[in-house]
Amino acid sequence: MTGLPLAPMARMAGRRLLYAVPVLLAVTFGVFAIAAASPFDPVKAYAGTAGFSASQEALDQLRDSLGADDPFVTRWWDWLTGVVTGDLGESTSMRQPVADVIGERIGWTVLLCAVAFAVAIVAGTLLGVLAARRRGGLLDRAVTSVAYALEAAPPFWLGLLAVWLFALQLDALPAGGLTDTGTDVVSFGQVAEHVLLPASVLAVSQMPWFVLYVRQGVGDALDEDPVRGARSRGLAERTVLLGHALRSGLLPVLTLIGTRVPELITGALLIETVFSWPGIAAATVEAATSVDFPLLAALTVLATAAVLLGNLLSDLLYGLADPRVGFDG
Amino acid sequence: MAETPQAAAKPGAPDGPQDATRWRTRGTGRKSVRTLRVRTSAAVVALAVLAVLVVPPLVQLDQQAVDIGNKLAPPSLSHLFGTDDVGRDVLLRCVYGLRVSLLVGVVAALVATVVGTAVGALAGALGGHVDRAVMRLVDVFASVPHLLLGIFIVALFQPGVWPVVASVGLTHWVSTCRIVRAEVLSLRGRPFVDAAVSGGASRTRVAVRHLVPGVLPQAGLAAVLMVPHAIWHESALSFLGLGLPPHQASLGAMVQGARGALLAGDWWPTLFPGLFIIIPTLAVAGLAGAWRERLNPRRRSELTL
Repeated sequence: MTGLPLAPMARMAGRRLLYAVPVLLAVTFGVFAIAAASPFDPVKAYAGTAGFSASQEALDQLRDSLGADDPFVTRWWDWLTGVVTGDLGESTSMRQPVADVIGERIGWTVLLCAVAFAVAIVAGTLLGVLAARRRGGLLDRAVTSVAYALEAAPPFWLGLLAVWLFALQLDALPAGGLTDTGTDVVSFGQVAEHVLLPASVLAVSQMPWFVLYVRQGVGDALDEDPVRGARSRGLAERTVLLGHALRSGLLPVLTLIGTRVPELITGALLIETVFSWPGIAAATVEAATSVDFPLLAALTVLATAAVLLGNLLSDLLYGLADPRVGFDG
Repeated sequence: MAETPQAAAKPGAPDGPQDATRWRTRGTGRKSVRTLRVRTSAAVVALAVLAVLVVPPLVQLDQQAVDIGNKLAPPSLSHLFGTDDVGRDVLLRCVYGLRVSLLVGVVAALVATVVGTAVGALAGALGGHVDRAVMRLVDVFASVPHLLLGIFIVALFQPGVWPVVASVGLTHWVSTCRIVRAEVLSLRGRPFVDAAVSGGASRTRVAVRHLVPGVLPQAGLAAVLMVPHAIWHESALSFLGLGLPPHQASLGAMVQGARGALLAGDWWPTLFPGLFIIIPTLAVAGLAGAWRERLNPRRRSELTL
C-alpha cells in the first residue's frame, strides 16, 4: 500500500494525455504550414551538394518520391502516419534515420539536464534559505542581486566565461566535448569530468528563479502562525527554519519545477552548443543551420511533448503536496 | 489544462498578495534604497537610449575601423574596452551592437504586444467560442519552447532582421494575450461598463472607449518588460548563427564572433557585450517594477522575472 491516491492521479494523467493529442497535432500541423510558407525546398535539402551536379530527371524523380509537390496537408498526413509506425523520416544533415539521431543523443541531454537540475535544486535551496533567514540583510541583498543579474545574463555568455576561467585560466576542467581529444573511449571518469562544467553553468542559469522563489516561500512561511507557534514552544532556530519554514515553503516551489521545462530546453540548446556536448539540443542547432526539416520537425514535437509532460508532473506533484488542490485540473 | 500551473494562482505560491509591512521596515532607509534603485535604472535606460541615438551620428567613428597595430589589445585608456581580433574598438562596437539589439528588441516587442493585445482583447470581449478557441491556440503556442520555435522559423526563412523580429514577435504575444484577456474579463464586470451598456452604447463603442483604455497600462507594462526578453532572444539566435548577418552585428553576434579570441585567452571581447545585455535588462526591470507598484499598489513585492 503506497498511500498515494493512485486512481485520481491516473485519471488526471489520462485526461492530460487525451488533451496532449490535439496540441501535438496542432504543433506538427503548424510546423508543416510554416515550412510550406517558407522558401525551403525539401528536394535541395535532401540532395545536398549532390543536387548541383545531379541531372534534372534525377531531381524530378527525387521530387516525386519525396512528395515535395503535394500540398502540405498531404505531406503532413504522410509524416503523421509514418510517425505512428515509428518512421520519423531521414535526417538530411546527418544522413541517418531521425529516430537513430534522437536515440543516440537523447541520453546525453538527459544526463546533462539531470545533473544540472540536481545541482540547481540543492544549491538553490541552500541559497534561498540563507537569504530568507534574514530578509533585507546583507546576505539576502547579495543573493538577490546576483540572482537578478544571472537571470538577465545569457546562458551562452556564462558558459563562455566559465570556459575561459575554469578551462583556460585555472586548467581545472575540460573546455568541452564528451571525452578528451584523442580518445573515443567513453568511460565513466571521462564523462563525469566533462559533464561537470556544462552542467554547472546550466544549473547556474536555471537557478535564479529557484533561489528567488525559495527565498520568498520560506520567508513567507517564517511569518506564519506555525512558525510563531514553534518559536514560542522554544524550539531551536535551526529546527524552526529547517523543520517548519523550509518544509512548508519549499514544497510549492518544488512542484513548479515541472513548468520550467521550456527554460531548461532553451538553456540546454545554448549550453550544449557552447560545450560541443553531443546531445539532442546541439543537434537541433546543427539541424537548423543546415535546414534539416525532418530532424527539426521531430525535435520540435519532442520538445513540445517534454513541456506537456513537465506540466503534468508539476500538477501531479502539486496535488500530492497540497491535497486541497486535488487532481481535477 | 486551461492554464499552465504558473498562471493559476495557487495558494502558497510565492506571487500572492503581500503585506508591505512584512518586508524590511527600516523606515526611511528602505524607501531611499528603492528611490535610488529607480533613479539608477532610469539613468541607465536614458544613457543607453542616448548612446544608441546620439553616438553613431555624432561621433562619426566607423565601428569597422581597425587599429592594425593593436589587435586584441587589452582594455586601456585609448581603447576602454580593448580591441577585438581585427583591431576594432570593443566599446564602439558594443554601442553599435546595442543599437541593433535595441532596435530589433523594440520592434519585436511592439509586434508581440500589438498581436497579444488585439487577440487577448478580442477573446476577453467576445467570450464564448472565440475565447475558448483563442485560449486553446495560446496553449499550443505556450507548449513549444520559444527559442526552439524561433530557431525553426529563422532556419526555414533564412537568417535576417525580419525573420528574427517575426520569430520573437510571434512567440512572445502569448503572455501579453493572457494578461490582456484577464484584464478585459475583470473590466467587463465593472459598473462603468454596465452603465455604458445600459446607456445604449454599442459593442464597438464599449470596447474602444472603455475596455481598451483600461487595459493599456497593463499592456504597456508588458511591452516594456518584453523588450529585454526580445533582446535576450535575439542575442541567443545571433549567437547560434541564426540571427542577424555579420555586418549588422548585434550583441549576441559579437559574443559569437569573439569565441576564437576567448579560446586564446582574451576575455574582453566576450565580457563587455554580455554586460551590455545584462545592465540595461536590470535597469528596465527596475523601472518596470516601480511602474507595476503604481499600477497594483497592493502587490508591491511580486517577483519580476
